[in-house]
Amino acid sequence: MGRMARLIRMDQAGHTTLAEWTAGDDAATEAAVAAFREQLDAGYYAVVSSGEGHAEQVRELPLDAELVILRRPIAGG
Amino acid sequence: MAVLPETATVYWRPRLDAGRLRRRGQLWTFSTLAHTLPFLATAALLMALEPLSFPVAAIAVVHAWGIPALYANRGVNVVRPRPRAGSAPERTALGLLGDLLGHEARRLHSRTGLALERGRLGVWLVGEAGALLVRQGGRRVDCWCVKVDAELPSADRTAHLLLALREDEEGFATVANLAFSGAVWRLRRRLPAAMRPALDAARAQA
Repeated sequence: MGRMARLIRMDQAGHTTLAEWTAGDDAATEAAVAAFREQLDAGYYAVVSSGEGHAEQVRELPLDAELVILRRPIAGG
Repeated sequence: MAVLPETATVYWRPRLDAGRLRRRGQLWTFSTLAHTLPFLATAALLMALEPLSFPVAAIAVVHAWGIPALYANRGVNVVRPRPRAGSAPERTALGLLGDLLGHEARRLHSRTGLALERGRLGVWLVGEAGALLVRQGGRRVDCWCVKVDAELPSADRTAHLLLALREDEEGFATVANLAFSGAVWRLRRRLPAAMRPALDAARAQA
């Protein structure tokens, strides 16, 4: 069985898990893609952190990623 | 290379790189000198003309000393801790931030509240509402004010800034507002004592 991947959103609760999926589970993957698009439409940015010093913004849900994090935009203070 | 999407909101700013950063630092130093030298010159002139004007000359010197100090204090403010959310969300957020950081950076964050991140421009210390950039050589520091417009636990605010920094370091510095640029010692003496080890660690790595 494949490793469980997660889509999480940083929010007031600390973070909330919006979807979990594994390779080959089509229903879970579809639900994750739908949740991902909904959050992007709501103004979130999706980021995959690939170890210290590296992170990549993604516009499509990377199904092979272990963790996809949704963040709000930043702005100069 | 991926560009931070938030740079579109500050389209009028040229993208910051090492050269522009150096020039901004020089401009900041020049501006500080322009603020302080007239007071020092006034004090010297007063003493030369009339030594009894010593009290007025002393006031001018205090102004010359105080202006850079105020700027440095403004720089420190970008990393001062903000009010905390409830303890459960803070713990959850801290867990995620810990996963993003390496072992040493996690330990340093738990001691100081600042997340250390090496970049091409220097070594960053990321806080909840801003970041410090210790330039190569460890003598100069830039203080950047940058935030997330949302009610979030403090560790999540730091994680937001850390992820944005990792996505695009130059874009991050372009979006952020420069609050202070100057000597590390000037900032260090005003930094909360608990945060000073993070600045020392950044200097050691810069």
